[in-house]
Amino acid sequence: MDKFIEVFNSLTSGFGLNCIIFLSTLVLAIPLGLIVAFGSMSEFKPLKWLTKTFVWIIRGTPLMLQIFVVFYAPGLLFEIPMRSRLTAVIIAFVINYAAYFSEIYRGGIESIPVGQYEAGQVLGLTKKQVFSKIVLFQVIKRIVPPMGNEIITLVKDTSLARAIAVAEIIMQAERFTKEGLILPLFSTGLYFLVVNGLLTLLFGYIEKRLNYYKG
Amino acid sequence: MAILEVKNLHKSFGKTEVLKSVSFSMEKGEILSILGSSGSGKTTLLRCINFLEKASGGQVFVDGSCIFDASSKEKPSPAVMRERQLNFGLVFQSFNLFPQYTALENVVLAPKLQAAERADFKENKKKILSEIEQNAMNLLDRVGLAEKAGNYPCQLSGGQQQRVSIARALALDPKILFFDEPTSALDPELTGEILRVIKDLASKHMTMVIVTHEIEFARNVSDKIIFMDGGVVVEEGTPEQVIGNPRHERTRAFLSKML
Repeated sequence: MDKFIEVFNSLTSGFGLNCIIFLSTLVLAIPLGLIVAFGSMSEFKPLKWLTKTFVWIIRGTPLMLQIFVVFYAPGLLFEIPMRSRLTAVIIAFVINYAAYFSEIYRGGIESIPVGQYEAGQVLGLTKKQVFSKIVLFQVIKRIVPPMGNEIITLVKDTSLARAIAVAEIIMQAERFTKEGLILPLFSTGLYFLVVNGLLTLLFGYIEKRLNYYKG
Repeated sequence: MAILEVKNLHKSFGKTEVLKSVSFSMEKGEILSILGSSGSGKTTLLRCINFLEKASGGQVFVDGSCIFDASSKEKPSPAVMRERQLNFGLVFQSFNLFPQYTALENVVLAPKLQAAERADFKENKKKILSEIEQNAMNLLDRVGLAEKAGNYPCQLSGGQQQRVSIARALALDPKILFFDEPTSALDPELTGEILRVIKDLASKHMTMVIVTHEIEFARNVSDKIIFMDGGVVVEEGTPEQVIGNPRHERTRAFLSKML
């Protein structure tokens, strides 16, 4: 029984870190992704290509590598060692997920028929109003399913933090294997399943709410 | 004075010259129909006048004042552009209603945003907004859709959607209302309801420019008809002249295919 409580406590405290990484990434990458998306759709070519290259590099290399780079590069290259491992992980996650989100946003924005913009223009709406009053909502409706997908992946990706020894849940569970215990490792799956189950329900609910119109 | 005067409008897409010096003018209260086969440039003409394309040459005047001059170097401010834009209303071939808004919300959206910029908006907010709603309901009633005010576009037939879009354009009280093939995206049995609405507007002396393939309708409703082919105005005149007694071979060939 004592063992059970010990395992439960260390897994739960580990999962706390997963949750911190998850929530910080969500809060920061969602707006940052929008900025990146506007960059990649910019009519100013240098900005556009810079952003596209950035997205290509971030999406084209492993997240684990990015975590290592963010953690070690400042110290090894500039002699300003990264103090906090957790911060390094969050920075890497935010950059990585902003790149993915930006592509989802871009796809959503570009899928809106040009007729919607034109109708807004001939009705005398400013460009800002066309975006905020007409396009934005339609974009949100279209990106909810792919964003849901990406966010569920994010929950699971948080376990990559153990790459630089951030004591997240799976790292905690792995310690117990040395004592011959496999159940803690299995149990970590439950934590992820519960959170992702809730997220699935949440996104299903949002999709349903947005389904009051077609198109 | 002509309410609309178009002078030597040119438009090229790359090397393709779509409009080759198109000129015409119309008076207040007149109804002008533009006929022509696809690719003749009539939709491009409409889009150039409505600022959806930038003409490569020519000028457009409304009530004698120049609202577009291709040779002008100065770039009008967004506010000036909007003011010029609002001389016109445009009804699209594919309606382009905003799917997330009800019929009524589609009609009131632009007037409400405009009203919010008025100096006295804060004091008279309630009164102004209720006037806009009332006006929008009257317009929906006029196009026969008062009961559908709360419906979303996806719950309406094509003909009903097009009628909402006419009400939406009218809500801004444009000087000239343009129609870009308003019935082309509709099933044949639904065209009648749109043509009836246009006729009703005609009876109230709305100034209108109609790009259409409905020859009989154009003949009945128009004061003036322009026939375009290959980016130029081939023939211009009353319906009796252009449709009843065409002088040009190209007009005759087009009409014989259509009638």
